[in-house]
Amino acid sequence: MKAESNEKALLQGLARSDKKAIEIIYRENYNMVQSLIINNSGSAEDAKDIFQEAMIVLYEKVRSGTFELNCLIKTYVYSVSRRLWLKRLQQMSRYVPAMENLQDTVAVEEDVAENERINGEFLVMEKAIGSLGEPCKSLLEAYYLEKKSMVEIALFFGYTNAENAKNQKYKCLVRLKKIFFAQYKNGNGNG
Amino acid sequence: MDDIKILDTVERYIRGEMTPDERLYFEQLRKTNPEIDQLVVEHTLFLQQMNRFGEWKKFKQSLHETHIDLTQQGKIHSDKLRGGAKVVYLWNKYKRVTAIAASIAGITAIGLTILVNSLAPHAKDPKMQELVRQVNVLERNQKVLDNKINYVDKKSQQQPVISTPVRYNGTGFLIDAKGLMITNAHVVKNSRNIFVQNNKGDQFKAFVVKLDVARDVAIIKIDDESFKSFASLPYSFKKATSDIAEPIFTLGYPRDEVVYGEGYLSAKTGYNGDTLSCQISIAANPGNSGGPIFNHNGEVIGILSAKETEAEGTVFAVQSKYIYQVLEELRKSSLYENVKLSTKSALSGLDKVQQVKKIQDFVFMVKGD
Repeated sequence: MKAESNEKALLQGLARSDKKAIEIIYRENYNMVQSLIINNSGSAEDAKDIFQEAMIVLYEKVRSGTFELNCLIKTYVYSVSRRLWLKRLQQMSRYVPAMENLQDTVAVEEDVAENERINGEFLVMEKAIGSLGEPCKSLLEAYYLEKKSMVEIALFFGYTNAENAKNQKYKCLVRLKKIFFAQYKNGNGNG
Repeated sequence: MDDIKILDTVERYIRGEMTPDERLYFEQLRKTNPEIDQLVVEHTLFLQQMNRFGEWKKFKQSLHETHIDLTQQGKIHSDKLRGGAKVVYLWNKYKRVTAIAASIAGITAIGLTILVNSLAPHAKDPKMQELVRQVNVLERNQKVLDNKINYVDKKSQQQPVISTPVRYNGTGFLIDAKGLMITNAHVVKNSRNIFVQNNKGDQFKAFVVKLDVARDVAIIKIDDESFKSFASLPYSFKKATSDIAEPIFTLGYPRDEVVYGEGYLSAKTGYNGDTLSCQISIAANPGNSGGPIFNHNGEVIGILSAKETEAEGTVFAVQSKYIYQVLEELRKSSLYENVKLSTKSALSGLDKVQQVKKIQDFVFMVKGD
């Protein structure tokens, strides 16, 4: 019971992006995933990518509010990592080894697929922001991602007043939305 | 400027930063103005996406930081792959390549074998047949030989008793007045009966006292009642090695009569540098072997032993000092303890004809069957 409540607390922490919770989950599961990847034609770098991807899947899952703890975090992370790595190997059109199941796995295909879709959207956004160029990129990131006030931003970027900064931000936002919605619709249409 | 204001208002609305009155007014505006409504929906979606994107980025960033922290703290083993892990990693990374390489090697080997097998027979077959033919020829020859052997066997069975012909013929000479003789081992070693015959044609029975096959020297003793001992030997035996170019002569029985031959000492050592032999140049025939080699003083300097087949006129002789060695051993036995070699020649100063006249009675033909 204690272990279960611990797991629950960890997941709640993870949903809040609590640094401590992230660290504990990371520490307790990373080596397991690394052995899995390395024993199946992967490198340490691959292991890091796959594990962090699995952590994101878990993160998105707990944030969606629909995640029910019907297995251990360890089992879930292992299952997702295994699934992700198999997909990666297939994408590289490499020989897919018959991965032995060191642990029980749970069905994660849907979660992984959902994560892939969300990731696709995020990558669209990242690409859109990236294509704006400076100062638009930094300006929009400061306002929308870092949630800074226009006064702070004006000070930081050297605008004489917040109104000027707001004016600049607006121009940038219009551009970004244009690019984003074009790609977003395009992506969804093809989707 | 209006657009900016509108967007700003929409953002404030979405974020819930409006006062209740403001909010009521704005919702009224949304209902009446489709464009504003559209903008709100669109911007809501955009802002949601931006927020999630921001959190996603932040989470990724914190994962990255956590990874670095934990690696530095040594709580996870990343980046630095050590020892076994590295080997496992490398093996896993390259095992497919290795497998493919091995397969290729295997296929190549098999392919080459097939290729060689399919191409080679054209070149190989005639040889093989040749070999078989040779084997057949050999078999036939073997059969012929078998037949011949059978024929000879039958013949020998039909005539079991035949007069034993003289198979070995050589020369020997007395080393002591009582009938001890020296000759070549090859003359007597395979003989059941040994006879010695002097210049007048008298035969005496003899037996082997000592045989040195390696040196090809044999000591035999005349054992016959009709043999009368001599008072003394006219010649002596030289202990020292003779000098090169010293004139020498020999007496022997290449035929039924004693034959004289002369020559010179060619080298102080024998075949392959053998110091107990010497090389002489003399006209020698098979019957001469075992004959004495004399110097001009009538001293025995050696025993004629072998002729080199490849070089004409090259004859080897066992040096006389060897006779001393043999007798030394012989004296250990009580029968021959009194045997002594004469060291004083009675022939020095005499001319060759006189010397030979005196010597020839002491040189015998040795016959074995």
